[in-house]
Amino acid sequence: MKTSLSFHKVIVGLLVIYLVIPLAATLLFSVAGKWDHTILPESFTMKWYIELFHDERFYGALQHTLFLIFVTVGLGVVIMLPTIFIITVYFSKWEGWLQTVAMLPYGIPPIVGAVGLIKVYSNGPLPITGTPWILVGAYFITILPFMYQGIRNSLRTVNAVQLVDAAELLGATKFQAFRTVVFPNIISGILVSTLLSVALLFSEFAFANLLVGGRFETIQIYLADKLNSSGHLTSAIVITYYSIILLVTGTVLKLTFKKDKVPSPSSKKRSVFFINKPFRQKNTALEGENS
Amino acid sequence: MRKIKKQKFYLLALLLPFILFVVGFEIGPLVAMLRDSFHADDGIQVTIQQYVTIFKSKFYLQAIQNSLVISLVSAVISVIIAVIAAYSFTKFSQKVQNRLVMIANMTSNFEGIPLSFSFIILLGNNGLFTLLFSKLGLDVFAGFNLYSWTGLIFVYIYFQIPLAVMLIYPSYQGIKKQWKEASSLLGGTKLSFWLHIGIPVLLPSIAGTFSILFANAMGAYATAYALVGSNYNLLSLQIASLVSSDVTLKPQLGSAMGVLLASAMIGAMWFNNRMMRRIRRDLR
Repeated sequence: MKTSLSFHKVIVGLLVIYLVIPLAATLLFSVAGKWDHTILPESFTMKWYIELFHDERFYGALQHTLFLIFVTVGLGVVIMLPTIFIITVYFSKWEGWLQTVAMLPYGIPPIVGAVGLIKVYSNGPLPITGTPWILVGAYFITILPFMYQGIRNSLRTVNAVQLVDAAELLGATKFQAFRTVVFPNIISGILVSTLLSVALLFSEFAFANLLVGGRFETIQIYLADKLNSSGHLTSAIVITYYSIILLVTGTVLKLTFKKDKVPSPSSKKRSVFFINKPFRQKNTALEGENS
Repeated sequence: MRKIKKQKFYLLALLLPFILFVVGFEIGPLVAMLRDSFHADDGIQVTIQQYVTIFKSKFYLQAIQNSLVISLVSAVISVIIAVIAAYSFTKFSQKVQNRLVMIANMTSNFEGIPLSFSFIILLGNNGLFTLLFSKLGLDVFAGFNLYSWTGLIFVYIYFQIPLAVMLIYPSYQGIKKQWKEASSLLGGTKLSFWLHIGIPVLLPSIAGTFSILFANAMGAYATAYALVGSNYNLLSLQIASLVSSDVTLKPQLGSAMGVLLASAMIGAMWFNNRMMRRIRRDLR
């Protein structure tokens, strides 16, 4: 039995080493001064990072990427939340359609999506190829599957339809029910899909390169452009970029892990708590009538 | 009654932005691509010439073949590694398992341009390992060229493995300890357990994972673009140059190839769906 465990240790060890080596080497390379004939760098320096953080282009690209993410993910939440809510609560017969439309982008790679987008928006009534706006549209569709799944699952977990029914029974309008009962309960679920979308868009290259290219330089385009220049500087970009991604996905993992750890009763308790709070007055009024 | 109708009207109005985005950026472009693929180079005449061109051209067939081969090979190797590694995962304590899955999750985000760059500084012409090994007198990488087919496969496998591990690992949770006990009580050996129970139970999940990895590699563009530029004949790179480069601009031909690629992807996804339904009967 013991030999068997050490065998598995070797397998897992090899896998982890294989997965981590490129990252570790890039990290070392980004802080290395002289490193060409030794196993570890001869000297360490932060000058590549200093150089990077003095590069106006880097900030410009970062700004562009953040702008796109902010606008697209914002639009995603603002548009998808009411859409999914309305369809599940009022037009449940269209749910299948919504799911098909929302999951389709998952099976269409950006390279294919870009072909049609170029065709539609190169000329004609809305020539936005080459502007950031076409990316907003393309990215909205890119994050659609994640937004859809996140929001729909959250709505299901809190039993949104029954919650709305209950709230209505207690005298709330549907909008009130959404705002005060459903929304507070699904924020954390939406947060996860939002962060996933942020990470996804942060590393998106195909659309950015094909639809806009250098005319609105995102962080990925900047990185691709720097590939052939100083390796140390590019390593510093890669590490900076990856740290941001890690931060975002790390938060996602923490959030989902927390949710898994906390058994479901407590989340139900929370929703009961939320029902109680805004409707306490009405509740007591009803009781008063009965007595 | 009228109030309800009015309310429904407002609700439908709230759906409008969603419909606009979906029509404008998802359905519209896909339809435009499909339509464009059945037009001649002038964009007016309706014809299936573009598809004929692809299937008659050695060059484009080569691109399709290269993409298929690289996707198949990288998917097969990654699935094999993931099946073994995920099994090894299950031998550790839950805490370690969670951490390992986390590592897989974290590294799965390391893809595209940054990943290619990492491999270039490690194994490129002046790469760290390339120089180091040649100085140490080991010519492990002497015949290795990162900017070639083997290099491309190497990098593809790297970004496929974490994904494969994350997809396969959960299905090992489905293999209950009691099954093993029952099998050994009935006189089965470890080998016969895996042969007759374990692997058949895992098979749909393995096949599903394989199809996802295959689709993932077929659609991959950034990694290949950064690594080989347009020096290597891949379907995704060809589509990109047909619709966006200034030299070989042929949008109709690009559309036809896009339709082919999309069909392959949707086929793989459909296959995965069927396989998932097999293991998860609760999914309808």
